[in-house]
Amino acid sequence: MNTLVIAEMALDQPASASLEHLAVARSLAGEGRVIVLLLGAQIAAAESLIARGADKVIVGTPSAFDGYNSDAWTACAASVANEHAVALVLAAHTPRGADLAPRLAFRLNGACATGCVGVEQQDGALHFTRASHGGNVRETLRFKTECVVATVRAGIYDALPVDAKRQGEIVTLSPAPASRVRVIERKRESGVGVRLEDAKVIIAGGRGLNGPEGFDVLATLAETLGGVVGASRVPCDLGWCSHAMQIGLTGKTVTPELYIAVGISGASHHLAGCGNAKTMVAINTDKDAAIFRDAKFGVVGDYAKVVPALTAAIRALPTTS
Amino acid sequence: MHLVVCIKYIPDPEAAFSMFSIDEQAKKVTPASGLKHVVSPFDEQAIEAALRIREAHVGTRITVLTLGKESSRNALKHGLAMGADDGVLLADAALDDGDAYTTAVSLSAALKKLGAVDMVLTGRQAADGDAGIVGAGIGELLNMPVLTFAKSIAINSNTVRVERVLDDGTEIVEADLPAVVTVSNEIGAPRAPSLRETMRAARKPIVSWTASDLGLNAENVGAAGSRAVRERLLAPSKVIQCEFIDAATPEQQGVRLAQRLREAKVL
Ligand SMILES: Cc1cc2nc3c(=O)[nH]c(=O)nc-3n(C[C@H](O)[C@H](O)[C@H](O)COP(=O)(O)OP(=O)(O)OC[C@H]3O[C@@H](n4cnc5c(N)ncnc54)[C@H](O)[C@@H]3O)c2cc1C
Ligand SMILES: Nc1ncnc2c1ncn2[C@@H]1O[C@H](COP(=O)(O)O)[C@@H](O)[C@H]1O
Repeated sequence: MNTLVIAEMALDQPASASLEHLAVARSLAGEGRVIVLLLGAQIAAAESLIARGADKVIVGTPSAFDGYNSDAWTACAASVANEHAVALVLAAHTPRGADLAPRLAFRLNGACATGCVGVEQQDGALHFTRASHGGNVRETLRFKTECVVATVRAGIYDALPVDAKRQGEIVTLSPAPASRVRVIERKRESGVGVRLEDAKVIIAGGRGLNGPEGFDVLATLAETLGGVVGASRVPCDLGWCSHAMQIGLTGKTVTPELYIAVGISGASHHLAGCGNAKTMVAINTDKDAAIFRDAKFGVVGDYAKVVPALTAAIRALPTTS
Repeated sequence: MHLVVCIKYIPDPEAAFSMFSIDEQAKKVTPASGLKHVVSPFDEQAIEAALRIREAHVGTRITVLTLGKESSRNALKHGLAMGADDGVLLADAALDDGDAYTTAVSLSAALKKLGAVDMVLTGRQAADGDAGIVGAGIGELLNMPVLTFAKSIAINSNTVRVERVLDDGTEIVEADLPAVVTVSNEIGAPRAPSLRETMRAARKPIVSWTASDLGLNAENVGAAGSRAVRERLLAPSKVIQCEFIDAATPEQQGVRLAQRLREAKVL
């Protein structure tokens, strides 16, 4: 079976999620080929994808593909999928992947599964496991079509180790196909340090912060731990913080070593994006808050007192060797 | 201008999940009988977006369109009470138990039957299945551009401009009409139906169409036409035991938590 991975970039490197999906594609492809479509990136990134399991990388360099354009990218992906007769397309479950995947599925007369946490082969058929009902239900689907396009959540699979000896083909694409969509302006938030998606430590705040100032308290703790600040949806909707900080079903999927949920009740919609954190800590005034069911360590108390105390205590810890 | 908003009537997604039961045998999620149903939240926000467009463009007509059981008429009534002008109900046993594909096929057929539609609005995803496929499907089937995850929408003569949500900011994109736009929660809170609109809503027309009214063959829609086969359905299990940090004061809680995290080699 030939498979296609739609890779994304994180700054100037392929995103870690894309490397994970490449490993899945490699294991499912069997004797078949793993094709990667990498748009808006340089050739060097394509080479690194071969070392991680790709057989062929089709690159659209920034001169032709200077940013995401749903219409042009869908057209590109469809022609690559058709040309290589792929049976499975994997994309990241990000705003791009979730925009592209369903359109591509219909374009290919295939089917689509979004937000997958598992893609497996059983009795010769592909099975897609995903959450529904705000993360409260897990369903496994199979499709009757010849091609399936799936978005896969980050942090579920391990990437393959780098194998510098792997051989593969690199092809460049140019120009970009015509698009019915015109990109007028991009408003990027100035990238401050590590992306949430790659962070090892995340301090996330919710409605319980009771206002935007609460995020300053979290930022001090994050600084102490070398972590990044995230949020539940409520403070984003209330304008206390940027929506780019939203974690959850319709926000980012994060997989840190340590996740400290502060003033977050623990709705399934939120946990859909952080439930795979290695260690979760919850700080909440309500001892019955659902978040404690997912936390390894819990503190019942007012964050405004507990978080500064925790920050000071961490600073006072002896350094480890 | 004619806007059509696709809305789905679903069990309240914010209800405690203890209000649902999972039938692993039948592979179905069943809401408790008393659980209230609502217009899926992003779809309600799509209605709100349409109403805001009409405020800026007098003479705009807003149709709400739903596919579901007869009870989905309540979703249309809610849309009409918010201010939409008319409703279309697709309720027919032949359309039941479909998947994203058959839903997109059926809604697209209804949109064709409605005639000259300038813009189709959907939610970014329905809050029961959490899939986010149908809007894109309609765009592909009707050969319209699709602009997803809208935070705001503006129409200028024949074009639509959408500010869409990205993971590191937003972007403004533009396409010619007709187009499909999927709406995200960043668009803001939907208005509550006013008393006046609710009274008026009772007189607004709702038409009901079956698969054959839409010229659809029963084999291609509903359960028969579905491309997805559900193999399994279950509730994810949780095994985590929370260790509560006991201490007399918040300061001591902070110290104790730091110690425990160190002992657990997290720090
Ligand atoms: C379709 C859909 C999609 C959604 N997608 C997302 C998503 O992607 N991400 C997301 O996060 N949500 C999402 N939601 C919303 C989600 O259902 C919850 O409403 C939301 O996560 C609640 O946010 P919260 O925990 O910050 O607020 P609340 O539920 O209001 O909880 C606040 C908590 O703070 C505690 N608290 C109050 N004061 C203090 C204090 N001084 N110190 C410590 N604790 C305090 C309270 O006890 C409470 O537990 C979605 C909802 C729907 C329907
Ligand atoms: N049965 C339905 N009736 C009307 N609109 C629907 C229906 N199912 C899905 N939609 C629309 O398509 C969007 C995406 O749905 P989904 O792909 O199921 O997540 C929803 O937010 C609705 O706007």
